[in-house]
Amino acid sequence: MNPKKQEVAERTRQIVAPWKGARGGTIPVLQEVQKAFGFLPEEALMEISRELKIPPSELYGVATFYAQFHLKPRGRHIVRVCRGTACHVRGSLAILDKIKTVLDVEENGTTDDLRYTLEPVACLGACGLAPVMMVDDETHGRLTPDKVMEILGSYE
Amino acid sequence: MAFYRAHVLVCKGTGCTASGSPSVYEALKKELERRGLDQEVALVETGCHGMCEMGPIVVIYPEGSLYCRVTVDDVPEIVEEHLYKGRLVQRLLYTTPDTKFKVPHYRDIPFYSKQLRIALRNCGYINPDNIDEYIARDGYEALAKALTTMKPEEVITEVRTSGLRGRGGGGFPTGTKWEFCRKAQGDKKYVICNADEGDPGAFMDRSLLEGDPHAVIEGMMLGAYAIGADEGYIYCRAEYPLAIKRLRGAIAQAGEYGLIGDNIMGSDFSFHLHIKEGAGAFVCGEETALMASIQGERGMPYPRPPFPANKGLWGKPTNINNVETWANVPNIIRNGGAWYASIGTEKSKGTKVFALTGKVNNTGLVEVPMGTTLRDIVFDMGGGILNNRKFKAVQIGGPSGGCLAEQHLDLPVDYESLTAAGAIMGSGGLVVIDEDTCMVDVSKFFLEFTQRESCGKCVPCREGTKQMLLILDKISSGKGRMEDLKILEDLALMVKEMSLCGLGQTAPNPVLTTLRYFREEYEAHIRDKKCPAMVCKALISYVIDPEKCRKCGLCAKNCPVNCIAGDRNTPYVIDQEKCIKCGTCLEVCPFQAVSKV
Repeated sequence: MNPKKQEVAERTRQIVAPWKGARGGTIPVLQEVQKAFGFLPEEALMEISRELKIPPSELYGVATFYAQFHLKPRGRHIVRVCRGTACHVRGSLAILDKIKTVLDVEENGTTDDLRYTLEPVACLGACGLAPVMMVDDETHGRLTPDKVMEILGSYE
Repeated sequence: MAFYRAHVLVCKGTGCTASGSPSVYEALKKELERRGLDQEVALVETGCHGMCEMGPIVVIYPEGSLYCRVTVDDVPEIVEEHLYKGRLVQRLLYTTPDTKFKVPHYRDIPFYSKQLRIALRNCGYINPDNIDEYIARDGYEALAKALTTMKPEEVITEVRTSGLRGRGGGGFPTGTKWEFCRKAQGDKKYVICNADEGDPGAFMDRSLLEGDPHAVIEGMMLGAYAIGADEGYIYCRAEYPLAIKRLRGAIAQAGEYGLIGDNIMGSDFSFHLHIKEGAGAFVCGEETALMASIQGERGMPYPRPPFPANKGLWGKPTNINNVETWANVPNIIRNGGAWYASIGTEKSKGTKVFALTGKVNNTGLVEVPMGTTLRDIVFDMGGGILNNRKFKAVQIGGPSGGCLAEQHLDLPVDYESLTAAGAIMGSGGLVVIDEDTCMVDVSKFFLEFTQRESCGKCVPCREGTKQMLLILDKISSGKGRMEDLKILEDLALMVKEMSLCGLGQTAPNPVLTTLRYFREEYEAHIRDKKCPAMVCKALISYVIDPEKCRKCGLCAKNCPVNCIAGDRNTPYVIDQEKCIKCGTCLEVCPFQAVSKV
């Protein structure tokens, strides 16, 4: 195993430790691991499987079922464009299209410089400010296609 | 205790935070200190006031003045005028859209005056991070009453008397649900709060958790006491980081006060509460899928029976209720079930919180007695349609709900009447649709959502929604045939009838209701190849009026596909072959020469 993989395995073991022998740890552990690495590296999944005695197939099943988990590296900033009803009727599709064109990135794709990952999401629950997007943990509302580019530019 | 002559409440709900309330709060803090008022004026962070459109919202008591869209630049004037000189800052008060009246007291704003806030009673009024403020508003009094003077069965009877029904969409009588679980055999029982608010267009659960987390916790404890559970879970969407933070804080504070833990208030009732973060799957709002997710599995529903009341989380009897349902419970125990039952209609008691959004002037959260008409909600509280456009429909109940038309505006909103009209109460999302929205597009939008979120376990939902979506795609791109409508309807009824869980059983509702009330729009797409609302891209084109064109070239410069040609001497023309119908030319033209046809 190369040193980097060892590091991943080591960190994963620390995260798993409190959940050994406990019930219902799969999703919290996956969430923690993803927080640590930004995605779920294969080595980490194998380590969780060994430590929690869950078959890799089952872990893979869980990791691919939920929208939150990613098996590939992601951008430094996660751009979540709300595609909820309220945003839809107030023009969120135009916002999404604008970002796709300008960043040259597909839905759920990452820019080549790993700066942004674009994710359409079902609803951010900030319908009063439609159309809305979230960049990392910050919510931006009452968007127009022009405003969007200005906002994105402020995230290095 | 310190005495303050005035309280300044700054909303720190998600909506107002996004509109900039944290910097307004900081500016107020500095300004009050600078003017030496910080000892006599209290500055309080609150949860959501509900009128998110007007945020950031600042409310000042004792006057009860509500200031809208407050910016950092407004702060010195508010402090100087209101807090020093006792004069209202007129320009920041809410102005009624029709009569242009500046409303001095927030209670008199039409958005609030028709509301009856029971579940939301503390939202926007207290600091959710401070348990003392909740207790000062009679918080945990219901728990004390139950633990010291009531048997668990009496708690259930009280909830049954109240007529409370599940606010997450099902509408099942809460007391009856509790009784099933009470009677179930088991050494260990659980209560769960379903905070996986996934319906696009609904945010009442989010606001409740952010604005008054203790009400939900107290409700869960009353439920746990009633059914004999000693452990609970709150399953909350990871997309709601602030709600999770507030809940964690609230649980910790309740623990410090001995309100959560072992032998609460000296009784033999013990209760422990955990938070589980969802991982992004709409189907997890379905109770059996939610429990699978807590157990760390893929969130797929399983057939009932056995019902969760008998065999739920880890095989133990479990009671699941939604956030709003739990938040109603302390009020019912404190004031009595008969009091709650005196509000509402014959079969639907109490109040319901609606998330009013879409093409309406005042978007936000409203809590109204059951039986209030849609007209009251949309036109009185909502202040009518945005930009004076014509009302077309309300979409009620999210992706499981339906679209109701103008003839339903005087419908009293309760479980029965909505179901009769083909919609459902659902979680209470209420999206207003105007004449510029295409109903085929709306039903396609919802179906895309449910199709994507279908977990794939049962065939009718997985394949049926897919086929329905293909037909809708065909219609909206102008390739539909009249017989498609019949096939679409048959498929919809099949999916509704045969799906395993609530997701599939309700997914066809938007299609069925739009077919029922807006059939002529479908027919226009098929027969005339026209989209009456000018939304469906394949059926519209952009043209430049040569008379109005001033040959400025702005459209050509901004066109992403370079399909507009012209020069200083010839009016610009769009090449229809190449045009992708993005609408940029229409947006940028300063002379309104571009139009959709």
